[in-house]
Amino acid sequence: MHTGTIVLLGPQGTTPDVATAIAELDIRGRVALIRAGYQERESDDAVMLATLGVPAVNLCLHARSVQVFRDDAEFTAAYQARQQRLRHIQAFYRVRLDKIEDAAKTVSVRYVDADLLGQEEKVSVDQFRHIDADHIERCNDLRAAFGARWRFLERSVIARHREELRKELETCEAIVIAGGHVASLLNRLALFDVLGLAIGKPIVAWSAGAMVLADRIVLFHDFPPYGSDIAQVLDAGFGLVPKLVLLPDPRRRVNLDAHAGIQRFARRMAPATCVAMDHGARILFESGKITRAIGARLTTSGDVERDWDGSAGRFSSPFLRGVPK
Amino acid sequence: MKGAAILQLEAGPRTREAVDGFFATHSFPIVDGSSITFVWRGEAEAIHLKHWVFGLPSSQQLGRVEGTDVWYLTLQLPPGSRVEYKLEVVRNGHGEWMQDPLNGNVARDPFGGNSVAHGTGYEIPSWIHYDPTAAKGHRDEIWIESKTFGRRGFGLYIPSRFQRNRQYPLLVVHDGHDYLRYASMDTILDNLIDRLEIADAIVVFTSSPDRLHEYADDPLHAKFLVEELVPYVERLFPLDSQPQSRCLMGASFGAVATLSTAHRYPGFFGKLLLQSGSFAFTDIGDRNHRGPLFDPVVAFINRFRADPAPVSERVFVSCGMYESLIYENRSMVPLLLSTGMDVRYVEARDGHNWENWRDRLREGLSWLMPGPFLHVYE
Repeated sequence: MHTGTIVLLGPQGTTPDVATAIAELDIRGRVALIRAGYQERESDDAVMLATLGVPAVNLCLHARSVQVFRDDAEFTAAYQARQQRLRHIQAFYRVRLDKIEDAAKTVSVRYVDADLLGQEEKVSVDQFRHIDADHIERCNDLRAAFGARWRFLERSVIARHREELRKELETCEAIVIAGGHVASLLNRLALFDVLGLAIGKPIVAWSAGAMVLADRIVLFHDFPPYGSDIAQVLDAGFGLVPKLVLLPDPRRRVNLDAHAGIQRFARRMAPATCVAMDHGARILFESGKITRAIGARLTTSGDVERDWDGSAGRFSSPFLRGVPK
Repeated sequence: MKGAAILQLEAGPRTREAVDGFFATHSFPIVDGSSITFVWRGEAEAIHLKHWVFGLPSSQQLGRVEGTDVWYLTLQLPPGSRVEYKLEVVRNGHGEWMQDPLNGNVARDPFGGNSVAHGTGYEIPSWIHYDPTAAKGHRDEIWIESKTFGRRGFGLYIPSRFQRNRQYPLLVVHDGHDYLRYASMDTILDNLIDRLEIADAIVVFTSSPDRLHEYADDPLHAKFLVEELVPYVERLFPLDSQPQSRCLMGASFGAVATLSTAHRYPGFFGKLLLQSGSFAFTDIGDRNHRGPLFDPVVAFINRFRADPAPVSERVFVSCGMYESLIYENRSMVPLLLSTGMDVRYVEARDGHNWENWRDRLREGLSWLMPGPFLHVYE
C-alpha cells in the first residue's frame, strides 16, 4: 500500500505549477519523471524538466516498453492479443452504454407523474452503474488472468528494466507523473509495476497522470468532433486516490452548464467525488485522505461546487440504492 | 418577393451613381436573415438563376429594377444553407451559363466550378484550411498490376508520425483523387490527425476510368478492392488487418460501390462512410426514372432492401437536404439500423456536391476512425 503523500494537479499548460507543488512538499533532491503518456514524444522532455525546479531523470517507460516488445516476441504477441481483447470489450461496453442512454431518454419523456419519472431516472442511473462496474470487473479479470498466465514481471527483459528502474528510483525523492495518453500511461506503469517500486515515495501527478492513480479511469468529452458522447469508464486505475473521479481540463471538455447531465454523471459515479480540474486545481492526499483541495466538484444535484476545498461531498440523491450516504 | 436591399434601391433615385453606390456597399449575394438576393448587373434579355436545390425550380428568372441595369431574385433560404449556383445570361436568344461575377465564393468540381451562396449561419469549417502548425502527412502515387483491371494507379496518404513498428488502420476512398482535388482531403487528414480527432491511418485514394459502371455493383470492382488492392497495401505497410481497422468510403456512386463491396464481402470492412449515396430503388417493378446507368444500382438496392443484412459494424451516412437523393438516403437509415449495425446519419442544408461531402468528413471520420482525443489529457 502506497502511503506517501500524493499531489494531484490540473493541466500544466503554459504556466505550470508543478514546481510549486514539489517545493511545497519540501522536495529538493532528484525526482523521477514519467512521461509515458507522451508515447513517441516521451524523450522530448527538456521543457518539462526545466519546469520542475529540481533535478529529474526521465524513466523512459515508453521507450522501455518498445524494447520489451521488440525483444520478447512471445510475450508481445500475447500482450497485443490482450490489448485487442480489451479494445473489443471497451467497444461492446460502449454500445451498451448508448442503448442505456437511449432507454433513459425514451423513458424520461413519457407523460407520467414526476415521482414515477424520478424513480425511473434512478433505474437508468443504476443501469449505468451496473454496466460500469461490470466493465471494470471484466477488465480486472482479464488483466489478472494475463498476469497469472504470463508472470510478466519475472520475464527476463522486463525484470532487467525493473532492476534499472529500481536503482533509478532509489536515487529519487519523489515520482512526477505527467499527463498524455491515459491508456498508454496506465499500461506502461503496470508493465513495469513502477508504483510497486516506489512505495512510500511522494507522487506529484497531473491530468492523465492523476487519472491513473484513481480507482476508476473515466474518459469524457462533451464536445467531441462527432457531436456528442457519453462518459465511459476505460479501466481500473491504481487506486492510490480512492473514491475520486478526476476530470482534467473541464474548460475544453465538460459542459458545466448541463445541469441534468452533471446530475446523472455524478449520481452514476457516486459515492466517488467527481472533481473537475482546471489549471491551478490541486488535491493533496496524505495518509490516504484528502487534506486540502482546490477544484470544482460536480454534485449529484447537478450543480458545480466551484470552490470545493476537499471536504467530503454529501450524497444528495435520495433514490439511489446501495450507495452509502 | 424582394429583399430589403432591393426595396431600398428602388425607393431611391435610379441613377448610375446610386446604382454604383448600391454595388459598392453590398456583398453578393445579399444575405439578410433567411432571405438571399442574387444580383446581376448589365444588359441582357433575361437572367436565370441555375441551381441544384431539389424541391425548388432549377431555373428561376431574375427580375429587373425598372430604369436600371440591375437584375435580382430573392429566395428564402433556411439558416445554415449552402447553395451552389450559376447565372444564365441570355443575349441574342442564346443563354450562357457563368459563375456569378459579384461573388468570389467558388466551389470547384469535375465539371468546372460553381458560385456558392452561404446562408445565415453557414461557416466554412476551420479544419479544411491549410494549417502551418499541423504535421504534414506524406502523399504518393503508386501503381498496381491488377489481374482484374490491368495497371491501375492510386494515391496514398501516410501520416506524419508513421512508424514501421506500429499497426495502422486503413481507409480506402472511392473517387479518391476527386476528394483530394475538390474536398481538400489531404489537408483535412493533416489537420484532423494533428488534432488527434482521427486516427493515424494509411489512406488509399482510388479512382476509376469507368466509375459509372464499376461503382454500380460491379463484382469485379469489389473483387479488385478486397482481393487485390487491400492485400497489396497490406504488403507495403504495417496495417491492422482486423475489420474494425478497415474503412471504406465514397460519395454518390462511390457510396454505392462502398455498400456494394461490403455486401459482397461482409465483415471485410468494419467501417463504412456513405456520402449522398445514389441508392436508387423501386418499391414495385424495376423501372427507375434515373436512366439505364442506374439499373444495376436499383437491382442491388432492391435486393438489399428485400433482405437487409449486416455487412459492416459501423456505418456513417450523410446526405444533403437539397439533393434529389435525400429520400433514398433517408430510406436507407432504418434499413441499415434494422441489421444491428451501428449507424449514424446526418443531414446538411446542402446539395450533391464536393463541399458538402468535405464538410461532413470531420464528423464521419472521427466517429468511424476516432483518434486518441478521448484518451489524451495533457
